[in-house]
Amino acid sequence: MADLRSDFIGIKSPNPFWLASAPPTDKEYNVRRAYEAGWGGVVWKTLGSEGPPVVNVNGPRYGAIWGADRRLLGLNNIELITDRPLEVNLREMKSVKRDYPDRALIASIMVPCEEEAWKAILPHVEETGADGIELNFGCPHGMAERGMGSAVGQVPEYIEMVTRWCKMYTRMPVIVKLTPNITNVVYPAEAAKRGGADAVSLINTINSITSVDLDLFAPEPTIDGKGTHGGYCGPAVKPIALNMVAEIARNPETHGLPISGIGGVTTWRDAAEFLALGAGNVQVCTAAMTYGFKVVQEMISGLSEYMDEKGLTSVDQLVGRAVPNVTDWNQLNLNYVAKAKIDQDLCISCGRCFAACEDTSHQAIAMSEDRTFTVIEEECVACNLCVNVCPVEDCISMEELAAGTTDLRTGKTVTPDYANWTTHPNNPSVHAVEPAE
Amino acid sequence: MARDVFEPGIVPGRLEPQSYAEGFSDLHPPLDEHEALVAADRCYFCHDAPCMTACPTDIDIPLFIRQIATGTPDAAAKTILSQNILGGMCARVCPTETLCEEVCVREVAEGKPVLIGQLQRYATDHLMAQGVHPFERAAATGKRIAVVGAGPAGLSCAHRLAMLGHDVEIIDARPKPGGLNEYGIAAYKTPNGFAQAEVDWLMQIGGITFRHEVAVGRDVTLDELKADYDAVFLGMGLVGVNALGAEGEDKAGVANAVDFIAELRQASDISGVPIGRDVVVIGGGMTAVDAAVQAKLLGALNVTLVYRRGRDRMNASVFEQDLAASKGVRIVTHAVPIAVHGNGSVREIEFEYVDEAMKGTGQTLRLQADQVFKAIGQTLLGEGLPELDGRKIKVDGTGRTSLEGVWAGGDCASGGDDLTVTAVAEGRDAAMDIHTTLMGAAG
Repeated sequence: MADLRSDFIGIKSPNPFWLASAPPTDKEYNVRRAYEAGWGGVVWKTLGSEGPPVVNVNGPRYGAIWGADRRLLGLNNIELITDRPLEVNLREMKSVKRDYPDRALIASIMVPCEEEAWKAILPHVEETGADGIELNFGCPHGMAERGMGSAVGQVPEYIEMVTRWCKMYTRMPVIVKLTPNITNVVYPAEAAKRGGADAVSLINTINSITSVDLDLFAPEPTIDGKGTHGGYCGPAVKPIALNMVAEIARNPETHGLPISGIGGVTTWRDAAEFLALGAGNVQVCTAAMTYGFKVVQEMISGLSEYMDEKGLTSVDQLVGRAVPNVTDWNQLNLNYVAKAKIDQDLCISCGRCFAACEDTSHQAIAMSEDRTFTVIEEECVACNLCVNVCPVEDCISMEELAAGTTDLRTGKTVTPDYANWTTHPNNPSVHAVEPAE
Repeated sequence: MARDVFEPGIVPGRLEPQSYAEGFSDLHPPLDEHEALVAADRCYFCHDAPCMTACPTDIDIPLFIRQIATGTPDAAAKTILSQNILGGMCARVCPTETLCEEVCVREVAEGKPVLIGQLQRYATDHLMAQGVHPFERAAATGKRIAVVGAGPAGLSCAHRLAMLGHDVEIIDARPKPGGLNEYGIAAYKTPNGFAQAEVDWLMQIGGITFRHEVAVGRDVTLDELKADYDAVFLGMGLVGVNALGAEGEDKAGVANAVDFIAELRQASDISGVPIGRDVVVIGGGMTAVDAAVQAKLLGALNVTLVYRRGRDRMNASVFEQDLAASKGVRIVTHAVPIAVHGNGSVREIEFEYVDEAMKGTGQTLRLQADQVFKAIGQTLLGEGLPELDGRKIKVDGTGRTSLEGVWAGGDCASGGDDLTVTAVAEGRDAAMDIHTTLMGAAG
């Protein structure tokens, strides 16, 4: 059993699995259950300023999309920050932290974009014994309309400013939670770093409408005939989150800035992928909301088994291992040639690869009278679509052509030399340089 | 060349050689990886899952299935084996249709449960194929415990005790360990020597020795064991076979179903096992079905299973009854044997039909038979045993008997169904109580 203990910006937890700030972490009761189930840390549901708390709608808060067999793939929500009084949350946080000193407890905070507001709340949070704070610059609904949440997160200057205030008024480590509802996530991450953030966490939820009621002609979830955009999360957003984490991890300005990875983590494998792309730990919400807190047990056993297989003795050894292999398109080796190969023993003759290739790709699969499907190497561009649509795992694979063999599509001999777009004769910028000579 | 199936008498080689291989191959062929992933995907990861509650060993079924689904079958195996060290055998022989799969929410909703048993086999096979034993012994305690019986209860108890750091000696009357796993279960449920392979794998924990062909009462007394060891666990099962109580039951050709099953399991060449042309099996439990189905698979022309009550009262599950019917076994109910006819050897067996209250109706049935198997239950044999509760050793919830320092579990002990999985649970729980008792509060 690998050692999963985690040290994220000085915050220790028995494993790198934290619950994200969200409905599952709104109350002492839930958080205690989470710790009992094995979660390494919890980011408490976002606290607001003192005074009357926000109110939530009294109709449905969540919308969803499903895969086959009604598997929940994506969830959106229009819930706001905690709707319970600040003092109640603070009292409960203190009580929980006292009883679970070995678990991480982070306070998520969202108060108006004014120095006094942040200065006022931070000492109260510090008193709870919380291990750190997370600045909620990501919530895309409700709060944004009041100048908070993603309204701050979409303006790098505000991020920098608020982060600086927090660093000024508390000794606690500061994590800045980023919204994906921007054009380039690198800019807010750089701003957080400039403001002195100890880490960033991402992604928060994505603006979304999950579906439309075609009788009411209203978006879902529908409240009295109307709907609004909500924050999208769950397995469906993972690819977007992975990319944003990787972009920050490989950007020279933010490389090395600790990242808490969030977005669709459902299994140990999802978590390992975030870690490999540079996240120091992961935060989870939708998986817990779908399957209950016990789901962390599979994450723990799976990550542990994977690390044992790889000979990794600490989580840190996995963090960022894939970052050097994330690159720009123009750095990809254009001399690398692969061809699809169909394993006839595994093929069940459904013909989906044929339909995909014949109708939408390169007509590189042949179909015989007896429904045998074979790759036409002269046409195959190795696009991978057949692999992706094949219902049988490992039935179709992409085989690399060895150097020295002939690519039947181009008639050229495969060379072992690396060459990318920047030097390719078809690249106009390569020619653009030539006339100057 | 096979003999004529119409040839009367008890003879071997009734079928073509390949028929034996087909008939006695795996009842449920193992799932391949793709099938396992598809099957695992159907699990809803229920909260406080009914399947888990239904499992006598409380295996965390949703967790292990999720571990399969996420590509970590070895982690799944550890989840299974930490609760049930014979999880491999239970995956093969458990009547899942009356346990975990019966209460699966998808069985209730759709009539198609998640294939829990087959998924359990997938995970445990995956781990055992690597020869990996995932448990380690705790520091030696210096305590020695005698375990009587190397069946599911004894093996489970011994493994848990060894894991906790105790030294264990298993004593068994038979030449091979495994108990009913080795001698008492239909061959098609556990082919390819799995029972012995599982025992070998289990023994990798270390600290367990096996003394075979030693019977308590014959070669050693319980008092001697109590004197020589720090604790004794009795898991010797039920060795005696109930009599029919019918006139003429001592005639040749009348045998115990358990002996027939053991003979089959120990046969190096299954085609050499002789079988009658007209076989009658009396009983309504798993043993009766195992004997009847295997008689058919050996080439018996007519196999009739006769049970004294209705089908709904049979201990064999509906799945087992249907399996028997699908192999061509005729099931007769509400009939009790009254006489075995024949001149030296059985030729016919006579039954009287009874009503629901088991009262004779006066109507009789005579079945032609050259072989009769009795499968109407087994009994505890032995002297100087702890106090009994009815016909079994009286135990409390942790397996304690009336004698200090003596625990019991499995078929020989009161409480629970006579199932492999129940025996495993009782052996394990007794081991925990032995450990606590021997080590005191510090244990």
